[in-house]
Amino acid sequence: MMEMPGDPATSDDASDEWLSALTGTGTAREAGLARLHGLLIRVAARELRRREAGTWISGRELDDLAHQAADDAMLAIVGKLGSFRGESRFTTWAYRFVMLEVSSKLGRHYWRQHPAEHLEAEDWDRLPDRLGADPGADAEHAELVKAVRQAVDVTLTEHQRRLFVAVVLNEVPLDALVARLGTNRNAIYKVIFDARRKIRAFLVANGYLEERRRGPS
Amino acid sequence: MSSWPALERFLGTDPADVGCEQAMAILHVYVDLVAADPDAAGRYRGVAAHLAACGPCCEDFRGLLAAVTEDR
Repeated sequence: MMEMPGDPATSDDASDEWLSALTGTGTAREAGLARLHGLLIRVAARELRRREAGTWISGRELDDLAHQAADDAMLAIVGKLGSFRGESRFTTWAYRFVMLEVSSKLGRHYWRQHPAEHLEAEDWDRLPDRLGADPGADAEHAELVKAVRQAVDVTLTEHQRRLFVAVVLNEVPLDALVARLGTNRNAIYKVIFDARRKIRAFLVANGYLEERRRGPS
Repeated sequence: MSSWPALERFLGTDPADVGCEQAMAILHVYVDLVAADPDAAGRYRGVAAHLAACGPCCEDFRGLLAAVTEDR
């Protein structure tokens, strides 16, 4: 079930001013577009710097990416102005497009730094490290790693297995897979979600994990 | 509980999780609420469950929250 906002529209003066400027005509509209574009560039650059440690993008490349993200966000915003329903501040609604563009561009950028083979390699010895096992507890976890691998072999479809290996063993970001496979984040998340459930059920059925009584399953 | 709690947390799935598409569709509303009142996250349990499990969507959430917080 879709969660929908329960509050009435939260239209505020600043949002009204934005809408008035962007849906107007002439120089007022041009000024509004220019002002918004400047804001989007600033937000995109700040966001890319916030994520810099995980992307190794910096300097001029970061600035270029920020402009590209802001440009594409701007196009989306202008094209979807009619769908803004005042449920948030206008700028919050607009910045969301920047976040989506930044994520999408970083996903595509990933493949400039990583070979395509990175998608398929299977090294199960990485699993403890990938899933936050205590250092030095490898021997203790060896049996569970073997069981997880068996669960992957026995319960997952080929598609689920391929994505599980890419995301979990090889740490390929979801947005990089989106770019590579031409799909969307939700589709990949759903595949991994189902894979997690299947693997957990296998481990419970075979006595490696206990069944949960309540809450998340 | 096994000796590998992080594995259990990873494999655990929350039925309330709304998925990326729905979480992203109302992210702006959620972020404005959380920016005004951090406890408001509980009103959107499905979104909160998703953000707890999905790294990329959580990254978008953090980025948007940082952007609007720095704006105010």
